Amino acid sequence: MRPSSVVIGLLAALVLVVLALLASILHPAETDMQKLADNRAIVEKYGLTDLALFTEARYTRHPSQADLHSAFQDHPGALEHFPTGSLLAPRPSSINSHESLAGKTTSPD
Amino acid sequence: MNPWLEKQRHLIDFTLASLGRRKTKNIGLLLAYTLLVFVLASLTLFTHALRSEASFVLAGSPEVILQRMVAGRHDLIPPNYIEKIGRIRGVQKKEGRLWGYYYDTVLNANYTFMARSADEVADGYIMVGNALARERGLAAHNTISFRSYSGKLFTFEVSAVLSPDSELLSADLVLLSENDFRRFFEYPAGHFTDIALSVANPQEVRNIAAKLSSALPDSRPILREEVLRTYQSVFDWREGIVLTVLAGAILAFAILAWEKASGLSAEEKREIGILKAIGWETGDVIRMKTWEGLLISLSAFLLGFIAAYVHVFHFDAAVFEPVLKGWSVLYPRFTLVPTVDGLQIATLFFFTVFPYTAAVLVPIWRAAITDPDAVMRA
Repeated sequence: MRPSSVVIGLLAALVLVVLALLASILHPAETDMQKLADNRAIVEKYGLTDLALFTEARYTRHPSQADLHSAFQDHPGALEHFPTGSLLAPRPSSINSHESLAGKTTSPD
Repeated sequence: MNPWLEKQRHLIDFTLASLGRRKTKNIGLLLAYTLLVFVLASLTLFTHALRSEASFVLAGSPEVILQRMVAGRHDLIPPNYIEKIGRIRGVQKKEGRLWGYYYDTVLNANYTFMARSADEVADGYIMVGNALARERGLAAHNTISFRSYSGKLFTFEVSAVLSPDSELLSADLVLLSENDFRRFFEYPAGHFTDIALSVANPQEVRNIAAKLSSALPDSRPILREEVLRTYQSVFDWREGIVLTVLAGAILAFAILAWEKASGLSAEEKREIGILKAIGWETGDVIRMKTWEGLLISLSAFLLGFIAAYVHVFHFDAAVFEPVLKGWSVLYPRFTLVPTVDGLQIATLFFFTVFPYTAAVLVPIWRAAITDPDAVMRA
């Protein structure tokens, strides 16, 4: 087989894969659409305003509801010092708490 | 077969043979090129999917949230404040909301407590988000105690755990009855955290916000479009940070590609000289090199894009996850619904495929119009 046939065939296959991926995005799966619709229904039902991504402080848990410029409230020009603003998570050993007793005690914990 | 097509196939055959003679160099270039497209496409796909999901689900949030400000800070809504709003045309519903934060020393994490009506959550019961339930080992009908800020211990029974699919929104959420909420936080009677307003006509939202501001000068209306814009900015910021970090790598690749594409090696010059000497036209030489540029850049784009798609939507963007998602003690687990921004992909295609192909042409044209004898002796 000519090398050009192999390469054109491979490129055509890659183009078809990309087109198939784009087509799957244009026609998302029923379960994905249902998940999005359910999540929007939860937002409407409970009146939620923010994503539950960062829970450290009120201005990271609810950035849209925080006081204006609250991230800079400590001193002018200060970047917020919560982990949310960092690029990488700290070493697990530095954030691990002691032995978790949740669900292990006889009385409610 | 069409003679033009046949000619192009011969040119491709020749180009491949020529690329094969410098196999290691060209495979190295293809890998570096694919890696760059992969990184840029992953970034684009992930942030766009996160932005789209945030926009879609938060489009259901209240049209206007009204906060009360005291000395520039958010304060509680006092009794009769809702009545003061009076009748504003276009406002369908006014509802005082009760919510706040609770720091749990067991997890070292904050929870969001939110009051719901008695028909949704009975007194003594709570509904919890899935991430919280997972971390605290909770299931329906388990009991859990929280020590309130006043030092009293409150015990609740979990009536339900919210759907794992909604973790992105409800990871740290604790829903409880209004009575329990007021008792737990010792919230003053008749006070609310803020007010949610429903507006029938989206065109009217800004007018209503203006009326609210003039009727209640100490209030701060937060519009739904501001909520949506906040999330666009948050993810734009993270995407920008990653692009800034990558800027050096992108520039290094640009220099490598430019060097490879625009600087002809002595071997390549001799090859062109021989081709010209055996009767190839300048146009044929340029066509052959155009194919070379196109084959490398197109393969890199297609491979990089497919790898990025699989990485983002099937492996949860594992490589960039910490940078793009951020992290938190109580971080939700979520899978994004695949979505792409056509314009961003077209831009990526244009800036990865065309500059390289074009950069190949200039030196080739210069070499191809020179006398074959001079080129071979050079």
